[in-house]
Amino acid sequence: MTPDRGPTEQTHDISLTVNGVLRQARVPARRLLSDCLRHDLGLTGTHVGCEHGVCGACTVLVNGQPMRSCLLLAVSVDGSEITTVEGCTDPDGSLGPVQRAFMECHGLQCGFCTPGFITTIAAYLRRNPNPTPEQAREAIGGNLCRCTGYQNIVASVLRAAEIMREESGDAGVPAAGHGRGERA
Amino acid sequence: MTTRMIGEPIPRREDPRLVTGQGRYLDDLGAGALQVAFVRSPHAHARIVDIDVTDALDVDGLVAIYTYEDLAAADEAGSSHLSEPLPLLIPHPDLTHPRTAYPLARDEVNHVGEPVVMVVATDRYVAEDVCDRIRVNYEVLPAVVGLDAAIEATHLVHPDIPGNIGAHMVQERGDARAAIAAAPHRLELDLEIERSASMPMEGRGVYARWDADDRTLRVYTSTQAATSVRAAIAAKLAVPIDRVEVIAPDVGGGFGVKVVHPWPEEVLIPWAAMRLGREVKWTEDRREHFISSAHERGQKQKVRVGFDDDGRLLGMEFQVWHDHGAYTPYGLIVPIITTTQVLGPYKPGAYRGEFWSLYTNTVIVTPYRGAGRPQGCFAMERTMDAIADYLGLDRTVVRERNFIQPEEMPYDHGLVFQDGRGLVYDSGNYPALLDKLKALVGWDSFAEYAEQARAEGRRVGIGLACYVEGTGVGPYEGAHVRVETTGEVVVATGLTTQGQGHQTMLAQIVADELGVPVERVTVTTGDTRRFKYAVGTFASRTAVMSGNAAALAARKVRAKALRIASEALEVDPSDLEIVDGVVRVRGVPSSPGAKTEIPLSTVAVLSNPLRYAFDAEAARATQFAVGGSSEEPPVAEDDEPGLEAVDYYSPPRSTFAAGMHAAIVETDPETAEIKVLRYCVVHDCGNLINPRIVEGQIHGGVAQGVGGALYERMVYDSAGQLLNASFMDFLMPYASEVPTVETDHLQTPSPLNPLGVKGAGEAGVIPAAAVFASAISDAEGFAITRMPISPSELFELRERFAAGEIPPLRSRSGHISGEGRFVRAKEDSR
Ligand code: FES
Ligand code: FES
Repeated sequence: MTPDRGPTEQTHDISLTVNGVLRQARVPARRLLSDCLRHDLGLTGTHVGCEHGVCGACTVLVNGQPMRSCLLLAVSVDGSEITTVEGCTDPDGSLGPVQRAFMECHGLQCGFCTPGFITTIAAYLRRNPNPTPEQAREAIGGNLCRCTGYQNIVASVLRAAEIMREESGDAGVPAAGHGRGERA
Repeated sequence: MTTRMIGEPIPRREDPRLVTGQGRYLDDLGAGALQVAFVRSPHAHARIVDIDVTDALDVDGLVAIYTYEDLAAADEAGSSHLSEPLPLLIPHPDLTHPRTAYPLARDEVNHVGEPVVMVVATDRYVAEDVCDRIRVNYEVLPAVVGLDAAIEATHLVHPDIPGNIGAHMVQERGDARAAIAAAPHRLELDLEIERSASMPMEGRGVYARWDADDRTLRVYTSTQAATSVRAAIAAKLAVPIDRVEVIAPDVGGGFGVKVVHPWPEEVLIPWAAMRLGREVKWTEDRREHFISSAHERGQKQKVRVGFDDDGRLLGMEFQVWHDHGAYTPYGLIVPIITTTQVLGPYKPGAYRGEFWSLYTNTVIVTPYRGAGRPQGCFAMERTMDAIADYLGLDRTVVRERNFIQPEEMPYDHGLVFQDGRGLVYDSGNYPALLDKLKALVGWDSFAEYAEQARAEGRRVGIGLACYVEGTGVGPYEGAHVRVETTGEVVVATGLTTQGQGHQTMLAQIVADELGVPVERVTVTTGDTRRFKYAVGTFASRTAVMSGNAAALAARKVRAKALRIASEALEVDPSDLEIVDGVVRVRGVPSSPGAKTEIPLSTVAVLSNPLRYAFDAEAARATQFAVGGSSEEPPVAEDDEPGLEAVDYYSPPRSTFAAGMHAAIVETDPETAEIKVLRYCVVHDCGNLINPRIVEGQIHGGVAQGVGGALYERMVYDSAGQLLNASFMDFLMPYASEVPTVETDHLQTPSPLNPLGVKGAGEAGVIPAAAVFASAISDAEGFAITRMPISPSELFELRERFAAGEIPPLRSRSGHISGEGRFVRAKEDSR
């Protein structure tokens, strides 16, 4: 019972700009974007926790917007700009502000959900660079984490905002509570 | 001075990799591997009539289809043991009717999700296409679903197991029934807890490669017990264990479910890899995780207590009906823990714990973080609240009066714990914990707040719960520590990591013991190539077991380094210290190159006498470079080359951590929505190695506790279909549901181990259901006896309460009791 045949499913050529680099792939129409990134392009930082659009682990930025790559077909985003967690570093390859904040605030444990949080937060802080603790909690309200209880992820959002303000040389309006100790 | 690392909240060593997407979880490996999907049973209980693969055979990309018959044929042709049931991991004399599954179902399926056919294909999409085309004909049998059906036993899960009873066990100290009968007051409680599950964000997964030339099998699996998986694979596949390597890569959470092994997939995937001579991988999807891994928590309980006028327990009888699902691979661990850890920080008087472990046609039940403790804590804490209410005493007062006192430690309960050892608490200070908790949550001023809230038309309630957690169970763990000639220190321990920061925590310990900067220490866990002897990660045991083993191994290395350095520097070892990776004479200011100091890297070079030089460092250890007496052998008789050591830590018994939680909730008078206003934790896990990591463990545990108390349940219909097997329908808390946790610590060192530490991994989850039941009861004025509780259930309870079907509580925060007295005031002014 071991017939070995090559796949003959019809495929499509697509090109994506992933983390600033033009990438090409030949994929069947049903290939999920998450699988395309992970298995065709080897960018395994994007994780899948449910493959039904609920956990957010697979969140990537498509043309700057956070989207669940497990709910997108790779062919449907042909020609798009994609940012994954691998692309959330600073231009010199060192940890980006959100990544640094997660490390400083102990915003991760197993790290499986983390890429989805980092991409989501990176996009959020671009829209709202100065969130309150309540807004920070709201901003991550669509992602599941089973390890951290979210408290340190909320702190990470606030800390990342602070780092970004520091780096842009703009002291900004200090948001209440920063670093490790978010208080209700 | 090297800064002391133990006790420092340093950032984690593992984070830079994980935050940049450079983690390597199971499905990130094996890019070119063949992929597996399973045909799983759609029925809870059925006989397999036949399996027809005809339609599937011409799917492009299909590589192989396997059923039970193929396993049997393989066993017959070779010496594998795949057609036998999977091992009973933890046998127990009271588990009189154990039953484990076959890797692929033989004639019968006993829960929805049981694997029946394995398909190997070029990719997962194709493998699933093939699965869709395989026809399995079943003869459906009546399903036993839920504890009531199991107890009733109109139908049997396994026809040869009468009454669906896998085990019946009694542990008794004193004559509890007589003590209860003779007590001035008696109460009886019927309680219930529903099923939930570990539900790590990464499911299970296995990836195997067989090197036919080298005749070695390498298996990556998302496990909590790599060394045991290795032993199981070697036994099942009849490969010499020395030819099997098992590696737990980065693991995306475990919480207990991944300690079970070997999962069917953990033997089937390597078997297929050997058979096909190809790399083979299986990654569990979320639905599979719901219906074919493991659940926990489901119990019905009956408590009978007798107590005196002060609320002191005189006797307690605790009966538990435990739903263990279709099979019993993990033995009786969960109900044993429930019926022993129920005792918490209290002296029960005479105690009788009894359980029945019952079969149902549902997913197997094995430990999930807390492992039976949340249920035990729920029973005892509901009882304490009931006694307080009965006597009109403050809930903290009744607890205080029953506490084991610090001067009574070590305290022997006279029972046998889950590790087969005595249930003896090693240390703890429960009165101090309670004082801290009361201060943190503001217990004494709550009545005022509640009255004020009530005046505004709001309902608020406060609750608390206390627990004691046996952590760091044996039998042992070990560690290997080596100083490389670069001065880098590598550490390996056999147990595995699922996000607890072990690499950081163990590096802190070794850095301190050796006197090296923590950045120079690299830790490997869960890789049998690096360390072959281990038990696994469960029962909050890593810091205790591997932590102490690493400390002991590092101490050996330190002693050796001092000895070698003392010869090189010609000083007594007792005059030497190691600071920042340099061995130096105590009290002499550092001056590199002087005869008063020598870097550990050089000591490592000198520890390994060489004939051949491969670099400048090595040249210093070659035969003409080192001096010394030509009468003595270069490696002394009972010495070994290399600056390294292995040591093991094996405790006489568990060490007992403790904690107390309090919550303030608000329940909506109209909608019965339950809102958590505050959540406070005081916690004592002995000496803290990394307070930040411990705090994170507590946060995560509380979040799972909130889920288990207010949201999560496995909803089975009467046919045994799991109706909510997705993240859409199984309500795991998001950030909006989890409260901010306020914490305070007490540190009562364990006298049992060199570091004085106790485990912290499970603590956060244990009391949550009990705390919320206590707080909601306080807000509502009637006792909550069943968890989890949803707003609609609370709404129904209110209606029954209004109809007089549920008795009111007498004492509530900020309430005038039925007899018109303000109950709390009397007892609060201690
Ligand atoms: S994997 Fe896409 S949302 Fe869960
Ligand atoms: S860190 Fe493990 S799931 Fe979030």
